[in-house]
Amino acid sequence: MAAIEIASVRKVYPGNVEAIKGIDLSIADGELVVLVGPSGCGKSTLLRMLAGLETISAGEVRIGDRVVNRLEPAERDIAMVFQNYALYPHMSVRGNLEYGLRNRRTPRDEIDRRVKEAARILEIEPYLERKPRQLSGGQRQRVAMGRAIVRKPRAFLFDEPLSNLDAKLRGQMRVEIKRLQRTLGTTSVYVTHDQLEAMTLADRLVVMNGGVIEQVGRPIAIFERPETVFVASFIGSPPMNFVPVSELGADAPGLPAGTDLVGIRPESLSLERPEGPALEFETIVELIEPVGGETHLHLRHTASGRTLIAQMRGRVVEAEGSPLRLWCSPRALHPFDTRTGRRTD
Amino acid sequence: MQTKRTIFSNRALPIALIAPQLVITLIFFIWPALQAIRSSFEREDPFGLRTSFVWFQNYTRLFADPTYLSAFGRTLLFATAVTVLAMAFALVLAAAVSRVMRSANAYTTLLVWPYAVAPVVAGILWWFMFNPSIGILPYVLGQFGITWNHRTSGTDAMVLVVIAATWKQISYNFLFFLAGLQSIPNALSEAAAIDGAGPFKRFFTIVLPLLSPTTFFLLIINVNYAMFDTFGIIDGTTSGGPNQATNILVYKVYADGFLGLNIGSSAAQSVILMLIVIALVFVQFRFVERRVQY
Repeated sequence: MAAIEIASVRKVYPGNVEAIKGIDLSIADGELVVLVGPSGCGKSTLLRMLAGLETISAGEVRIGDRVVNRLEPAERDIAMVFQNYALYPHMSVRGNLEYGLRNRRTPRDEIDRRVKEAARILEIEPYLERKPRQLSGGQRQRVAMGRAIVRKPRAFLFDEPLSNLDAKLRGQMRVEIKRLQRTLGTTSVYVTHDQLEAMTLADRLVVMNGGVIEQVGRPIAIFERPETVFVASFIGSPPMNFVPVSELGADAPGLPAGTDLVGIRPESLSLERPEGPALEFETIVELIEPVGGETHLHLRHTASGRTLIAQMRGRVVEAEGSPLRLWCSPRALHPFDTRTGRRTD
Repeated sequence: MQTKRTIFSNRALPIALIAPQLVITLIFFIWPALQAIRSSFEREDPFGLRTSFVWFQNYTRLFADPTYLSAFGRTLLFATAVTVLAMAFALVLAAAVSRVMRSANAYTTLLVWPYAVAPVVAGILWWFMFNPSIGILPYVLGQFGITWNHRTSGTDAMVLVVIAATWKQISYNFLFFLAGLQSIPNALSEAAAIDGAGPFKRFFTIVLPLLSPTTFFLLIINVNYAMFDTFGIIDGTTSGGPNQATNILVYKVYADGFLGLNIGSSAAQSVILMLIVIALVFVQFRFVERRVQY
């Protein structure tokens, strides 16, 4: 187990394509950090640079007390779980688990002990002699996890490990990964584009975009106070509504200097007028999406013609096409300056 | 394997569709094969005027003939050498090309060219390069004190035909190995690298086992090639000489039948070759059907 230190790391591909534009990040010992961002934001590249599968163009990566820039993947003492599991198809589950230990010349009885322990933790004991193709997706996922934990590495790297599973299994495995990581206390870096995974798993969330880090923090802190327009639009589902200040009308409250855009979370729009000052939105209901415990309303703002999304608790009995008046407390606004892309308060 | 069945409403169309292929097969394969089987039981006089039925005499004579038995052993040696060399070189080349990102297509194209060369032309090419009087290679070897003369040395002649036959087959093997290598997901090699396996260990414990279906297929194809498809190369370089040193089974069929005019013996030899091919194909299908398990 070890802390990971990433200092001014850059990745430049041939043809001067800069995939990672200078990243600084400290990951504490035992922490689970999730890298999240849209595809092409560099999150996987960064993970592969930690693993040693991509060269580091500039900067420094430390795992524990060693600079690993020039070390082979094998020498970094990390384990990685791949998106498509990357199990060795010609080896049994046991063979897959043993492979890394045998390569490191671990004594036979130690190998057996560790494989047994990992199989017990992951509940894959009945499948040890099977080949990967005889396993279901969830079982393969467990084997891939098992291959990582038998080695007792200094860090786990997860590269979108749940994206090949169906929604139900994904939820289960998410909980298991978190529980496992808590139990083992191994430093982990987890890459995903799924914000639900990101929000629920992370001790600390790193939101990336275009090869740079947009914001780092506890998931809830990022949700409640996104520092940039990108983070505000990326985190949260349904996504945040954005309205230019010029379209807010006469009743715009005193916003911080430089604000020209406000973000409103769908759940901040309500049917009842809140106490104190409030923003009013005249809208037409365009589409109603009941999702069970809550309802998503797709609305057209009459003043600006913009589409807004509101999230209501319970069921809403408005008819599509009918007018609807919504309210929002000015305290729930997220003020931004579009020229810098940053928050203004 | 699931095959799609097409239902024809009448019988005439499907028969018309397969007829051309059937006719070609019958005229150029089945008929000569039957003719060979018949001739193998007959003896013909040198002028082709009288033939008599001799039962298995041609076969029993063959297996009592030391030159035939030594040709058998020679063929085995030749086929093994060509198969092993052609596959080993092709695998090395394919592994090298699959590692380069840029200009992999250019390398592939260049490496495939020899396959387009006709066997006789390939034979003559090597015959010319190794020509003891005017060839460049004997000259170079001479500088190192090695005398090369495949006209007098049986070993030299065998080495020459093995090189010529191998060179031509590498292209074919290379293409299949390259396709096989490219179908192995990169993540497997990466996972093995993280699991502490160096490049050679990765190749032998991950890549090679996953290539085994390709390897097995090529093994059969190459043995087939070396045993039956190398007539042109032998004829272009050594014509079976010197002193029978490169006279392999398929060349002996031609030499005994068309040069020696012993039609009965030649026919019996080709029937034996036919049986060997059938056996090889049988083995191949049995294994390919079950796939090499992994």
